[in-house]
Amino acid sequence: MSKFRKKSNTKTEIPTSALPDIIFMLLFFFMVTTVMRESEIKVEQDLPKATQLKKLEKKSLVSYIYVGKPRETHRFGEEPRIQVNDVFISTPEIVQYVETERSKLDENDQNKLTMSLKVDDEAKMGLITDVQEELKTANALKVMYSTPQDIERD
Amino acid sequence: MARKKDRGSPEVNSSSMADIAFLLLVFFLVTTTIPNDKGLLIQLPQKLDPNEPPPDIKLNERNVFTVRINSADNLLVEDEPLQDVYQLKQMVKDHVLNPNNDPNKAENPLEAVVSLKNDRGTSYERFVTVLDQLQAAYYEIYGERVGLTAQEYRNLDRKDPRQLELMERGKEGIPMAISIAQPTKFGE
Repeated sequence: MSKFRKKSNTKTEIPTSALPDIIFMLLFFFMVTTVMRESEIKVEQDLPKATQLKKLEKKSLVSYIYVGKPRETHRFGEEPRIQVNDVFISTPEIVQYVETERSKLDENDQNKLTMSLKVDDEAKMGLITDVQEELKTANALKVMYSTPQDIERD
Repeated sequence: MARKKDRGSPEVNSSSMADIAFLLLVFFLVTTTIPNDKGLLIQLPQKLDPNEPPPDIKLNERNVFTVRINSADNLLVEDEPLQDVYQLKQMVKDHVLNPNNDPNKAENPLEAVVSLKNDRGTSYERFVTVLDQLQAAYYEIYGERVGLTAQEYRNLDRKDPRQLELMERGKEGIPMAISIAQPTKFGE
């Protein structure tokens, strides 16, 4: 009898006092890893996949150029456009953009500037070539075609 | 009166702490973007001076492996149409290393050049797939020379002297000569 009574006295609840700690731990993980979007991307971005990827060593040395069909086709038309930061630019303006990006870097790092091209897979190579010609003019010769990882096949 | 006050628990009610933390957690989960800083690296050539005539480079025809992509994304490899892009890798490896001393393939790996020419109307997706295959061929060659897979080779860290040494040894004598020519203008 006394045994039964003892059992009924024990608490049946799961202790939840450690729950906030667990959640906080997750929270800190996401707070540390999160990168806020710097610019709103206004062009379509279905990047083509590739297998032979290389990782960039220093993130601060990278500047992005987005190319693709505008999302708001009724305002900006169907033709693929070039976007940097938050605005659409024309091809000749790329030189100026590269100069601005370069001036933000340390003097020692200025020749290490890498241009990351994020191009929608439906874009045509003509536009990309024009962009690259401008990059050559601006003497930004390190270019990366940003792509997600594809599965290797043999 | 005094007794009643004593009975109340002195702790701050923290049961809603989890809810608050959850709310913040969900916020960060939604706004977070895993940064994707990977891709195919290439080095553009120097811009040519328009006042000077383009340098006349004579290459032995057998050393050059030509890949052309037209505006309909079809491939022409060494003057023959190719349906399957994924054969390119093996073809480039054979061309560069030329294990059987084929007179139509490169004299030696140092001289071998892969020439990629596309049209202005070629889709970016096709271009990336082809460039990926060409680079894969070279990375596999490099990897095989030092006993690594292509992926392991690519992930070698320049900052580690031992890994840098492996990297240099893999590359030695076989430059990754992928030349991307000015595109043709049929597809616009």
